[in-house]
Amino acid sequence: MNTIIFRTVSPVLVALTLLFSAFVTLRGHNEPGGGFIGGLIAASAFALYGLSHGVPTVRRALRFHPMEIAGFGLLLAGGAGLLSIVFARPFLTGLWTFPSVLGVEVALSTPLFFDLGVYFVVTGTMTSIALALEAREGGV
Amino acid sequence: MEPALAVLVGLFFATAFYLILSKKLIRILLGVAIMGNAVNLLIFTAGRLTREVPPIIALDAYTPPAGAANALPQALILTAIVISFSFFAFLLVLAFRAYQDLGTDDTDAMRVAEPVADAGPPQGY
Amino acid sequence: MAASDPHAPAVDLAVAMVTAPSTASDWLIVLPVVVPLVTGAILVMVRHATHLHRPLTALGLALLFGIDLMLLGRVVAEGPLTMMMGAWKPPFGIAFTVDLLGATFATTAAFVALVATATAGPAINTAERRYGFYPFLMLLMTGVTGAFLTGDIFNLYVWFEVLLISSFGLLVLGSEKAQIDGTVKYGLLNLVATTFFLIGVGLLYGTLGTLNMADIAAKARAAGPEAPLVTIAGLFIFAFAMKAAAFPLNFWLPASYHTPTATVSALFAGLLTKVGVYALLKVTVLLLGNQTGAYTDLLVVMAAATMIVGALGAIAGSDLRRILGWLVISGIGSMLIGVAVGSPGALTGSIFYAVQSMLVMTALYLAAGVVEARAGTGDVRRLGGFYAAAPLFSGVVLVLLFAVAGLPPFSGFWPKAILVESSLAVDRPGLAAAVLVSGFLQTLAVGRIWLYVFWRGGPEGTPDGAIDLSGVRVIENPADRVALVGPVIVLTAAVVLIGLVPTAIGGLAEGAASGLLDPAGFTARVLGAPAP
Repeated sequence: MNTIIFRTVSPVLVALTLLFSAFVTLRGHNEPGGGFIGGLIAASAFALYGLSHGVPTVRRALRFHPMEIAGFGLLLAGGAGLLSIVFARPFLTGLWTFPSVLGVEVALSTPLFFDLGVYFVVTGTMTSIALALEAREGGV
Repeated sequence: MEPALAVLVGLFFATAFYLILSKKLIRILLGVAIMGNAVNLLIFTAGRLTREVPPIIALDAYTPPAGAANALPQALILTAIVISFSFFAFLLVLAFRAYQDLGTDDTDAMRVAEPVADAGPPQGY
Repeated sequence: MAASDPHAPAVDLAVAMVTAPSTASDWLIVLPVVVPLVTGAILVMVRHATHLHRPLTALGLALLFGIDLMLLGRVVAEGPLTMMMGAWKPPFGIAFTVDLLGATFATTAAFVALVATATAGPAINTAERRYGFYPFLMLLMTGVTGAFLTGDIFNLYVWFEVLLISSFGLLVLGSEKAQIDGTVKYGLLNLVATTFFLIGVGLLYGTLGTLNMADIAAKARAAGPEAPLVTIAGLFIFAFAMKAAAFPLNFWLPASYHTPTATVSALFAGLLTKVGVYALLKVTVLLLGNQTGAYTDLLVVMAAATMIVGALGAIAGSDLRRILGWLVISGIGSMLIGVAVGSPGALTGSIFYAVQSMLVMTALYLAAGVVEARAGTGDVRRLGGFYAAAPLFSGVVLVLLFAVAGLPPFSGFWPKAILVESSLAVDRPGLAAAVLVSGFLQTLAVGRIWLYVFWRGGPEGTPDGAIDLSGVRVIENPADRVALVGPVIVLTAAVVLIGLVPTAIGGLAEGAASGLLDPAGFTARVLGAPAP
């Protein structure tokens, strides 16, 4: 896996894949996509980076341990559900607001944050598993 | 369409059980993976099959259009896929560890937790 | 929303959504799941700051226990409660439905977890802590509580899987050979069991077209005993009997429960098999009670065989925690009587037995952990002299052993007396005899434990009258001693209290049993109207 072509191309591919994962996640509310598939795409980007540059490089680049990212996602998703307690609505009820940012209407909602939570959970756990398996294979 | 899929589900289960009856851990794991897929297909069939009408309710309507696909089994299957996928990943790593540490993938030979040489209960004081 | 709002829907949402505002007390229904989930998520996030884990877990579990108590109080006062996730109207959407059975089990589970986790300080080493003992524990509690409180059968499956995957993590914590071996068997067999549960759920949805428990109860009653439903009930019985470790589906339990750290075994023994029993009670009695007539004889034989085989296994064992594993199985047999017979008395006895068994078995595994910590082994041949070394602790364990065997006046006696009486009342003398015979065998088994580990002067080979304490280490640090022995004493105090004042738990169990036998009332409470 240490060919010069793969090592040169992979950072570009990883950046593009991560961008694509964000795109897929955000379009997920009304069109095919969503946090789960977006998270899988992001995890595959990190797995690819691990193959080309080694697992320690990925861990350094991530700054946080993948499981910590997953924990953050779980907290985000739980928090999105809990927000409805303030508005006296049952747990996990979708709440929407449409603030205008620089003249553009932005649809903000608790399902969005729930989906982002799912994104982080999936990214974290799948990256964690992939990196553990890669570290074992490469003997790092 | 449902009877054909029901037969297919049956075939999946038969394959899965045959593999799970094996002594080798890796075959058992393959059986578990196939069994997961069999269940997913079963839920899909249980939700009844319809064709090509997406289950989207129009803005001013109370019900989806007639003949729309049943969305619930798909949600159930997605959940079940995620769960069986993570279990499979965990069990794969576990089986690999078991093979490394116990030196075998034969479940009959895995007797560390329940030693064969157990001399039985004490007979006196 | 205002009429001029461009985002207002063109239809009246009140047709499909709950529009009444949720009150603070409604949130009691779902908070027992959210609290451990959020605590678990925070613990995963701070996984490297291991010094924060213990206080955060203690806080989370104390909060959970408090909320469970308040919820139990409300359910006792008002009957079954429901909250719909996402405000969808039942039977659509995911319901959280708490009845007396679920609230009682959830409260007991939270109490047991809170007390047992106190031992984790000295019992769980740094490597295991870094590997994630506390986050796994909180996620396990999320799964257990979710399973007790959910009102949706697919959601029940999801909680089963949550607790299963956290229990995998807890089992392999130390990465010892025996633990890996035990986890392979535990993992594969439990996964097969939950897969059968999922098959049942899929077929049930295909037959009745609903997943809401109250709706299922109503539609199964309306349908009467017919072919697919009876088969589905059989699938559920198989799956949950395997989760509960009923004979002949019990073999994963003695293969795995003695391998992890004592704290983990204690939690497993107290919580996991009881989730299986709970699911059996809920699904085969409340949901599909009219579909299980064909299985009555099978369940009676299964209950009797589980009791006897468990007790025999306990007599034949030589490892302390493996003996306890067989005693867990023997207790499961008593809890199955309610499922098999289905009379109010038998159900009361089973629920009572399950609640006190959570306390007793956890306490016994923790006590076994103390013995192993002091002697360095769990082999009864090499144990002895504990009465000479620690008479008070030995007395406490004797109380627990009496409670397991069902000797008066401790907690195990009352449910067994109820079970014998109600078995005779429905003309099942064989079942009553099985309770008594298994009680006798259990007394033998616990008597052997007491004689070998505590009463005799030292390990095998010590001459009569001599006392050999060379194998019994003293726990040096007084804080560790309190953390290890304290929880055993607290749980034993609860056991003695239940034994002396059986009416409190007995009353709860009786209420839970009558709730199980009143599916129409349950449906009416959840769906708001009598079933069509």
